[in-house]
Amino acid sequence: MSTPFLSVRDLRVHFSTEDGVVKAVDGLSFDLEKGRTLGIVGESGSGKSVTNMAILGLHDPRNTTIDGAIVLEDKELITATEREMEQLRGNKMSMIFQDALASLSPYHTIGAQIGETYRKHTGVSKKEARARAVEMLRRVGIPQPDVRVDDYPHQFSGGMRQRAMIAMALVCDPELLIADEPTTALDVTVQAQIMDLLKDLQQEFGTAIIFITHDLGVIADVADDVLVMYGGRCVERGSKKEVLRAPRHPYTLGLLSSMPSLDGPVDVPLSPIPGSPPSLLNPPPGCRFHPRCAFADKVSGGLCSTERPALEVVDGRGSACHLTDEQKREWFADFAAARTN
Amino acid sequence: MSSNTPLLDVSGLTKHFPVKGGFPIRRTIGAVQAVDGLDFQVAEGESLGLVGESGCGKSTTGRLITRLMEPTDGKISYRGQDITHATRKQLAPVRSEIQMIFQDPYASLNPRQTVGKIIAGPMEINEINPAGGREKRVRELLEIVGLNPEHYNRFPHEFSGGQRQRIGVARALALQPKLIVADEPVSALDVSIQAQVVNLLQKVQRDLGIAFVFIAHDLAVVRHFSQRVAVMYLGKIVEIADRDDLYGNPRHPYTRALLSAVPEATVEETPARERIRLQGDVPSPINPPSGCRFRTRCWKATEKCASEAPPLVQVEGNKAGHLTACHYPETAETVPAPRLAKDSEPAA
Amino acid sequence: MFRFLVRRTLGAAVILLIISAIVFVLFYAAPRDPARIACGKVCTPETLALVRKNLGIDHSLPLQYWEWLKGLFVGRDYSSYGYCHAPCLGYSFQNREPVLSTILDRFPTTISLAIGSSVVFLVFGIGTGMLAAVKQGKALDKVASSASLIASSMQIYVVGVFATYLLVDQWQVLDRASYTPFTDNPAQWAQGLLVPWLVLSLIWTANYTRMTRSQMVESLSEDYVRTARAKGLSRRTVFFRFAWRGAMGPIVTIFGLDLGTLLGGAIITESTFSLQGLGMLSVKAVSTNDLPILLGVILVAAGAIVLFNIIVDSVYALIDPRVRLA
Repeated sequence: MSTPFLSVRDLRVHFSTEDGVVKAVDGLSFDLEKGRTLGIVGESGSGKSVTNMAILGLHDPRNTTIDGAIVLEDKELITATEREMEQLRGNKMSMIFQDALASLSPYHTIGAQIGETYRKHTGVSKKEARARAVEMLRRVGIPQPDVRVDDYPHQFSGGMRQRAMIAMALVCDPELLIADEPTTALDVTVQAQIMDLLKDLQQEFGTAIIFITHDLGVIADVADDVLVMYGGRCVERGSKKEVLRAPRHPYTLGLLSSMPSLDGPVDVPLSPIPGSPPSLLNPPPGCRFHPRCAFADKVSGGLCSTERPALEVVDGRGSACHLTDEQKREWFADFAAARTN
Repeated sequence: MSSNTPLLDVSGLTKHFPVKGGFPIRRTIGAVQAVDGLDFQVAEGESLGLVGESGCGKSTTGRLITRLMEPTDGKISYRGQDITHATRKQLAPVRSEIQMIFQDPYASLNPRQTVGKIIAGPMEINEINPAGGREKRVRELLEIVGLNPEHYNRFPHEFSGGQRQRIGVARALALQPKLIVADEPVSALDVSIQAQVVNLLQKVQRDLGIAFVFIAHDLAVVRHFSQRVAVMYLGKIVEIADRDDLYGNPRHPYTRALLSAVPEATVEETPARERIRLQGDVPSPINPPSGCRFRTRCWKATEKCASEAPPLVQVEGNKAGHLTACHYPETAETVPAPRLAKDSEPAA
Repeated sequence: MFRFLVRRTLGAAVILLIISAIVFVLFYAAPRDPARIACGKVCTPETLALVRKNLGIDHSLPLQYWEWLKGLFVGRDYSSYGYCHAPCLGYSFQNREPVLSTILDRFPTTISLAIGSSVVFLVFGIGTGMLAAVKQGKALDKVASSASLIASSMQIYVVGVFATYLLVDQWQVLDRASYTPFTDNPAQWAQGLLVPWLVLSLIWTANYTRMTRSQMVESLSEDYVRTARAKGLSRRTVFFRFAWRGAMGPIVTIFGLDLGTLLGGAIITESTFSLQGLGMLSVKAVSTNDLPILLGVILVAAGAIVLFNIIVDSVYALIDPRVRLA
């Protein structure tokens, strides 16, 4: 078996705070191949953003401990020096953020910010960097790029800022792009434009993309594979089709059934997941989802509240749940039926 | 509806924010046309959804109805009484019947007050003393919104986001309102919590017969909650209809584009809903396009659209109450049939 | 930018006008009559009237203010002192010197004090603040933070006397405070002012340390700083080109206002070191009911603050492109 392009193994990211240790990511593993898009879904505090900040090495080392392995091609990133990471960031791997207005410097022009990345990694002249910035802006669909290159971020509209952000992330033709909720702050019509743009660019350059979102609808649109996170752990993995059509974890199922749709029944209440996401300071023992899980009391021996369910992955498909496949088939079908009636 | 007078009747509602400039003396040189000539009614016990993208004026509309803002023009009638420019005193009895729920459950509750005090606040201000005392009423309200009545003395920070939004709902219910304006009440919440709050609001609407103006950008949530839906674009209503008509038979190109842009958590080999990709962003409301405001992004726009603003009328083929503001409304043939339930297969 | 400057200058003129009117009224509301004092011990009503006329205060209040204002723009004829050219601020009640030349005489001392100490407290304050921000939570940060807290609670008249005693009298490493015009002898100018500079900046340094630290900490947590790191820029570049850029605005603003205040005269510092600047002049004018001098000093002080306000706003617009001047 050839080594995957990006491989994350048993990643643990812990923050020390005044109240204690926050286990933001607690044993996460996944692989990503070039040209594929992995969608990471989870609610706030599920550890999805923390994971990706760890890949880029952007956590503050003063209060963060990172264990496990992150291997990009054959480079181990957790143990890499700051200098080595600087060479990789913005170059081989780059990131786009949710709030483009806050994430772009208000003090520098769009062109300067894009060109700066390019100059840092290629050492070209200012003039060449500017030309490259114009080219990138044109590629992400900014009208009149040779004029807009000298604008400041606040002079751009929300959608254009996100495009500029993408241009900046792609200026060095990265092989890995991490998109952290890139469309959450945008209107749906603009969100659709941005998702199309990312898909087009991926096709053109074969970039591997990690797409973080809380929106399963967005996942359905952009992802090839899906990883569902809950309380700092992966609860389910699989291809987009597998996960969305036949979820194997009660949490995924709960997320899907709690979403109102554009064509489902309207006169029945939604099926929310009871309770709230867990505290990462004092996470529940065993399966972290068990206090909110509709099936936890059906598993014999109170296993769900004592033992962490293992994530067994076969052919990229797996879930971390104590229920047997038999039980899932039987009980989940009711859920799905209720949803489609 | 028992009488012919709607609970809320809005006509020609307009709000322009002045833009200052000029030299050497600053004066008004333009206006942000946040809301421009809205007409709609809300019947008793009905929920009207207001959807649209940022900057379409839906939140401003909510603030105008609740009279948190002074309208520039137009008329707002509540149960036949003109409240457009009512004074504080005239407004007082109405204020208790129209309540508001806000988006941010973290910012809209005073962190220094106990939950009991927050929920009792509206009763205190309006000097209302329910039978059995305010505390008893607060406990009842906590129960209604699904919180533990014993948590009366806790502070907002001791609750999660979803619970805080429940507190906001309890506060809005304190005066037994007839109309609640909910401005993006679930958009700050996690997906799994959103459904809890939507269900709560739905229960409140049905059990207590409260009318809602439900403002949201999420079309699926609005569809689930509102019997009637108005789509706004740049300060104007472009289409208003019963839920099934609007989602099943959208006649305005913008409504159609908006619906087609909503990503849905389903996987299909052939997408049932064809995709329409709008170009560019919403134009500035300071100098909105002439004629039809949507024309700059519309694939059907002609010169007529630039010169003539389309009125909001019942276009041919529409049911009564389905109004569309478009010179070239979509026809049944161009609109794909709503996706059938079979597309979302049951889990294997 | 031009429109902004015109508008703000007009606004500034109005403010100065209002301030001068207020001082005028307040001064005449005071129980002491300057003519009475100037008239001396043997004072007949005739002499008093004459004195009043000579001092230019023999009219009603509004008329007097009008005369004063007119003098400012077109000059004024005083019967006893002769013609006073525009801009005429009148003559001192006390020593009959023209107000303008008295102020111009004192101003260099105040400017030297303000500029010199500004350089010291900016360099040390911002430097320490930045270091503390980099070493957030570490020993250096804690030392700098507590030291600045102690220093900012010091009083000039205590530190000043103490510093003079130790540095000048006991150890004889520095010169006693004195003022030599810069144009006469730059070295002596600096030597004479070194002790006041250090003492005055001690307290200000502390303020600037704390302000710089908190601004830097805040701006280091901005999203765009994270983006800059995600682009592969080094910590150093990110620190200076992004974080410092964001922290600079508020610091420049406060500094502009502080400098304006300092130029109005550092009263306590000047008294502590017996430097004859504007601060001392205003103290004396108050104690001797010398209205023309007081008005002049207050106008200069207010003018400095208003001027630096305009400068600050202009500089802010240069630092932050989001700010549009209107």
